[in-house]
Amino acid sequence: MSTTAADDTVVEEAEVTDAVREAIAKAFADELGDAFLDQHITPGRDLWIRVDATAWVQAATFARDKLGMTWLDYISAIDWLPNPYGREMDAEQDWVVHGGGPNDKDAEEMTSGVAGGHTRFQALLRLYSIEEQIGVHIKADLDDSAPAIDTLIPVFAGATWHEREMWEMFGINIIGHPDLRVLYLPTGFEGNPLRKDYPLVSRRVKPWPGIVDVEAMPGADDDADGEATDGEANE
Amino acid sequence: MTTDINAEFDITNNEQLRYIAAQAADARVNVELETEGMTLNIGPQHPATHGTLRIVARLDGEQVISAEPIMGYMHRGYEKLTEVRTYPQVTTLINRIDWVGSFANEVPFILAAEELMEVEAPPRAQYIRTALFEMGRIANIMLFLGDMAVQLGGVTAIFYAFRDREFVLNQIESATGGRFHPNFNRIGGVKDDLPAGWIKETKSSMQKVRDFCDEMEDLVVGNEIFQARCRGVGIIPADVAMAYGLSGANLRGSGVDWDLRRDADSPLAWKDLDWKVWTHPDGDSFSRYWVRLQETREATYMVEQLLDGLPAGPVMAKVPRIIKVPAGESYVQTENPLGAMGYYVVSKGELTPFRVKIRTASFSNMSISPWLLEGVLVPDIATILASLYFILGDIDR
Repeated sequence: MSTTAADDTVVEEAEVTDAVREAIAKAFADELGDAFLDQHITPGRDLWIRVDATAWVQAATFARDKLGMTWLDYISAIDWLPNPYGREMDAEQDWVVHGGGPNDKDAEEMTSGVAGGHTRFQALLRLYSIEEQIGVHIKADLDDSAPAIDTLIPVFAGATWHEREMWEMFGINIIGHPDLRVLYLPTGFEGNPLRKDYPLVSRRVKPWPGIVDVEAMPGADDDADGEATDGEANE
Repeated sequence: MTTDINAEFDITNNEQLRYIAAQAADARVNVELETEGMTLNIGPQHPATHGTLRIVARLDGEQVISAEPIMGYMHRGYEKLTEVRTYPQVTTLINRIDWVGSFANEVPFILAAEELMEVEAPPRAQYIRTALFEMGRIANIMLFLGDMAVQLGGVTAIFYAFRDREFVLNQIESATGGRFHPNFNRIGGVKDDLPAGWIKETKSSMQKVRDFCDEMEDLVVGNEIFQARCRGVGIIPADVAMAYGLSGANLRGSGVDWDLRRDADSPLAWKDLDWKVWTHPDGDSFSRYWVRLQETREATYMVEQLLDGLPAGPVMAKVPRIIKVPAGESYVQTENPLGAMGYYVVSKGELTPFRVKIRTASFSNMSISPWLLEGVLVPDIATILASLYFILGDIDR
């Protein structure tokens, strides 16, 4: 196992560079030109690139054909809107223990994650090369009011279920998808559950019990109950 | 031979094209004998579906024209629920994704959180994790080894599987307290050290698993009927498997030599072990069964090596009592019993994850089924579904 000295070396190397992933990012940048927007590398771990939504299919095709990333990992999306419901449905004990309060999130601004972004919705795709043992995350900013993205089915046949899930969960229209129906949700379901402004109804109806969630044991307050019942009966 | 056929056509429409050609020829010969199609509804509750998967198959005689799985009967919305749970609470949820190999579900999520927190579990904890991970794999795949035979009409094997799986489950239970939902991983290590006498008992249970594997080799793999019904049924060429994101034994059964335990840079102890990745070139139902059988046996040796080399020391790293994960994004994927499982964790530095994308193996493994079932005969539906081996909770999440 690694010693402290070894750990230090790893950190130093990591701070310098990750040549392989740099090269992949550069290959994308050269191929996509202006449509390549940003990149982020966690050295030794992972690579993120952000492309323009118009270059979504082009980026995937390029990764498959030229970089050997023929294995489709997943396609999904992220809604960067700060949760408008905050923690006001948390139990009071949780505010005490974890800090914060019911209106904690009011002033929060929308931020995007690694590789940046300017919009609320981002599409997320991961491809992997089994030969090189290296993967890439591709992100694309989507229009806020009518989010839409081209289908990847012509590039990866397995994209169809992932895109149906993305469509129903985030309300992101998949342009060119031949079979856009609900995958998990019941037919006629309204709303897009994974959007941040879609309330988690069970949580709204019944507040989270928090750390103190002990129901009285049967028999613990039998006496009290018994007396009350007796009293009612007597009256 | 299969690859040659596929080279001529668009791979995704291979079966379809062959079927259409055959239909067109029939129609030309005798128009008035044209039969009307029939719709066969399989499930939602059917032994071949491991839960509540429904398959609507359109048939022409004995042949499937199109088959469509309908999911969502068990969708529990875990990706949404993780957004209102603290990090330690999330493991309770994700235990229920692949409920037969639960311990393995926890690991990638915990690793992703640890990566963001820059915490690393001590070596002993990593060894215990890896051992329990492999035992989860054994318990999971043993069920498959018996179940596949049941799907084909041989009832005996499942009783051996259930009997011998208990030896493994008992060991998981005595270490973690849970047979199916251990919830034993913590950010920074595992909950407890191993109980006294556990190592010896586990080794003897591994021997029993190997005996079971030998038995299956005779009883199932060596069975003529089993071979006749599995060989050449449900062939998945490697390139199609890749495009659908298949993983685990389904991919290795198509000859792709890829195992995240060996190939990914993981803090778990697989890199210290001496073991082999099994593949099979055929890509049919038989090869998927065969690969899983070899993997189970291989896993027993891995557990023994782990227990022999178990380092001393603590099982928990120093972590704060209230866990706040620093802002960032990380993706960790491990080779779970059903295939590659990954968690994409987005943190904004709060008590709860901002977004968790759960990439499950069965979802991708099953997404190939409409392609694969096209043109097969009705009895082969059960063979193919069983050989793909999915757990419904792993599809629906």
